[in-house]
Amino acid sequence: MEHNTHAGVIEGHNLHDHAHAHDHGDHHETFVSKYVFSMDHKVISRQFLITAVVMAVIAMVMSIIFRLQLAWPGEKFAFIEALMGRKWGADGILNPNAYLALVTIHGTIMVFFVLTGGLSGTFSNLLIPYQIGARDMASGFLNMLSYWFFFISSTIMLSSLFIEDGPASAGWTIYPPLSALPEAIPGSKLGMTLWLISMSLFVVSSLLGSLNYIVTIINLRTKGMTMTRLPLTIWAFLVTAILGVLSFPVLFSAVLLLIFDRSMGTSFYLSDIYIGGKPLEQVGGSPILFEHLFWFLGHPEVYIVILPALGITSEIIATNSRKPIFGYRAMIGSMIAIGFLSFIVWGHHMFMTGMNPFLGSVFVFTTLLIAIPSAVKAFNYITTLWKGNIQYTPAMLFSIGLVSSFITGGVTGIILADSTLDITIHDTYFVVAHFHIVMGLSAIFGMFAGVYHWFPKMFLRMMNKKLGYLHFWTTFLGAYGVFFPMHFLGMSGVPRRYYTNSNFPLFDNLLDINQFVTMCAIFAAFAQVIFLINFFYSMFRGEKANQNPWKSNTLEWTNPVAHIHGNWPGALPEVHRWPYDYSKPGHAEDFVPQTVALALDEHDGGEH
Amino acid sequence: MTLLYILAFVLLCIALNQLFKVFELSRDLRGDKLYKTTDSDNKFNGRAMLLFMFIFFGFFIWQVDTYSYRLLPKSASEHGYLIDSLMNANYVLVVLVFFVVNGFLFFFAWRYHGTKDRKAEYIVHNNKLEMIWTIVPAIALAFIIIFGLKYWNEIMKRNNEANPIKIELYAKQFDWTARYPGADNEFGIDDYMQIDGSNSVGLDTLDTRCKDDILVKNEFHIPVGREIVFQFRSRDIIHSAFMPHFRAQMNCVPGQITSFRFKPVVTTAEMRKDAHVIRNINEINEIRSKRGEDAIDFDYLLLCNKICGASHYNMQMKIVVDTEKDYIAWLMKQKTFKPIAKK
Repeated sequence: MEHNTHAGVIEGHNLHDHAHAHDHGDHHETFVSKYVFSMDHKVISRQFLITAVVMAVIAMVMSIIFRLQLAWPGEKFAFIEALMGRKWGADGILNPNAYLALVTIHGTIMVFFVLTGGLSGTFSNLLIPYQIGARDMASGFLNMLSYWFFFISSTIMLSSLFIEDGPASAGWTIYPPLSALPEAIPGSKLGMTLWLISMSLFVVSSLLGSLNYIVTIINLRTKGMTMTRLPLTIWAFLVTAILGVLSFPVLFSAVLLLIFDRSMGTSFYLSDIYIGGKPLEQVGGSPILFEHLFWFLGHPEVYIVILPALGITSEIIATNSRKPIFGYRAMIGSMIAIGFLSFIVWGHHMFMTGMNPFLGSVFVFTTLLIAIPSAVKAFNYITTLWKGNIQYTPAMLFSIGLVSSFITGGVTGIILADSTLDITIHDTYFVVAHFHIVMGLSAIFGMFAGVYHWFPKMFLRMMNKKLGYLHFWTTFLGAYGVFFPMHFLGMSGVPRRYYTNSNFPLFDNLLDINQFVTMCAIFAAFAQVIFLINFFYSMFRGEKANQNPWKSNTLEWTNPVAHIHGNWPGALPEVHRWPYDYSKPGHAEDFVPQTVALALDEHDGGEH
Repeated sequence: MTLLYILAFVLLCIALNQLFKVFELSRDLRGDKLYKTTDSDNKFNGRAMLLFMFIFFGFFIWQVDTYSYRLLPKSASEHGYLIDSLMNANYVLVVLVFFVVNGFLFFFAWRYHGTKDRKAEYIVHNNKLEMIWTIVPAIALAFIIIFGLKYWNEIMKRNNEANPIKIELYAKQFDWTARYPGADNEFGIDDYMQIDGSNSVGLDTLDTRCKDDILVKNEFHIPVGREIVFQFRSRDIIHSAFMPHFRAQMNCVPGQITSFRFKPVVTTAEMRKDAHVIRNINEINEIRSKRGEDAIDFDYLLLCNKICGASHYNMQMKIVVDTEKDYIAWLMKQKTFKPIAKK
């Protein structure tokens, strides 16, 4: 245990000769300290991943259930009663409150537990120490706490599914007063309390993780690893962590005030309300305040979700195009620009709330500015492919899929960011289509890409390539089939979060679009079964990995195929060049690891 | 019987396990590196990328072709034309970018699929190219921003016309009430503490201006060609007044009065004669007759567009756009507000 706590200490006494200290058996680790309350970043990363996979499966099944309701309203599905119980799915028909609950928890799990906790938690933990050449995170203990807060938070969120009045059901944005008043919707009783507790713990987890990531990246880089020699993954994790540290506390404050309003009679968000047959005493608050606080987190949050995916993609596209990433510094610059701008655009979620129209104008301007660094990133990916020698690993397929969905979902953002146009499409299915493609698909594609690419580092085995291909192509087709037609629903005026559209005769002829969407969703869900089989099978029985299967330059491929405490058996590797020397003229191989010293006349970082 | 099933299942598992073992053993003995991408993998996936592009673009064009007549009909309000024209201009740009950039992506993905005998070119960056693709989007965005804000300011401007029609839309779980100011053309003030059965929208009964206010449910009428100034209130939680045919939307926030204004330019009767609308209504009625439901006629709708509880999906009100004469005749028939005065 004594080696376990502080990476700095390990580095101090162990740079050269104490290599053997990291062999197995030297220190006595029990099952609990090794796999449960582990402080090793590799184990914690796997813990995050497995938890996220479980959460993602649950959220996906939820989406299938409510998609069935939207496509075939009133149709009886026996399995819905079996899964949801007689109260929520009597006779196999979902009830309206259960529908809203599913939509809410689907959103919450996907945004926070899968794409924030799961994505950052898995890959920041795995890659930061590996790619910067550190023995472990700056604080293994905080890192462990970060996972276990995440775990408790997940457990509480899931437990809210089993209580009498059901889980929170005010939408994942939980706008009060709907979320504040138990009279308004059953989900705002105990379910919302659990949601708020769960999210508070989630914020703790996120902060512990993010602070650790920042400190580790800044302080524990190995010799020669300057900031401009960092792989773009690390830059992405750094910017993401900074966004998280600055924005999650604001969510916490919003949640805290809501807790006060719910249980202590304060009126931060409440005013002039008559509900449940009586007027409430609370006067003077404003729900708009909550919206400001929520979106001050909420908008950076979408970049917290997407930036790690973009970082992962940068690394995978460069490696598998066998080419340097195009415009390395521009990529860093755009990430920083996106990160900065993400803090001054939150109002674009609120054009129609009655917020002062002038304020709306400011947010139109700042929001549309984000399109510029985003466009630069997309163009840089495409140019990286140009004249490359593309190796189609499953990870590469998902990375290209990400770039496509980032473009396709990004362009509709230009329409939504325009307050004038937002008047007609605000809160319609157009919005649902937009954010699922640009944020949902891109981020989950990035996560899949990362899993396929770094599976050998996580489980020392390889995933099956052919199943990976099948998984990608079925997912890619299915996913666009689900979300693309939603644009047309939105342009026909169909609002979000409607239990059924058939109460409006005017939408009757749109039902076939909804049916098409649902069938694609079911198809895409089955595609994920291929992934799950491949994932769990390969974890135990997959082909054994070799040291550098993708012929990559970064440091994580320089250590042996084993989970060594301290990551490298001997001294930490020394870095001599940037990570993107692929197909560099003057070298026999088409890759030059970062540990290879520069030749006398050779310049670093693509300088000529 | 159940036991037999379990036994069969267990045997199946064992058989599968053995099968996989054989596969794994032969894999490990031959020392194949199955994970490695071969030239044929690259060729296959490269081609699949190109094929996908055609399917994807074809799918998009097919959807535009099949779905476009189902989109919202022409705008029924004056400012809606501004929004629609700006929307169309934006769509042209956005669709162009969608095709070109996705096109490059999938084309390169196919064109540069890997082969063993080739090496990638070592290209690090290119300032000229990067300048171009920073500046071109910046210019395009400048136009989008300028026109967007110009129209936004026009739409949100106060006091367009000297004598607009005032209407209040009052939201609660799960219905709408419209209030007209009546003869004095002034709304009485509201007081939520006075809400009860006879005073459902919470008017201050001591305010004499309330006395002639007119409250209507289920449908409300507005005259064509007159500017309507809406004010929105909510009794309980946030709702959103969404009138898609008028390109109008505003949240109804408890404790706050919000507003939106527009001028309807197409009456309900005129809209029913619109070719686009007729096609949709015919299709809808065909579907409805198959289900044994009554035929419907086109109507403008006010929908709730902010999640508000179990019946959110059914919180609607009919809007009728009349000629001014018909509107006045309709309004005359409505009852004025008669609260039971509180002691």
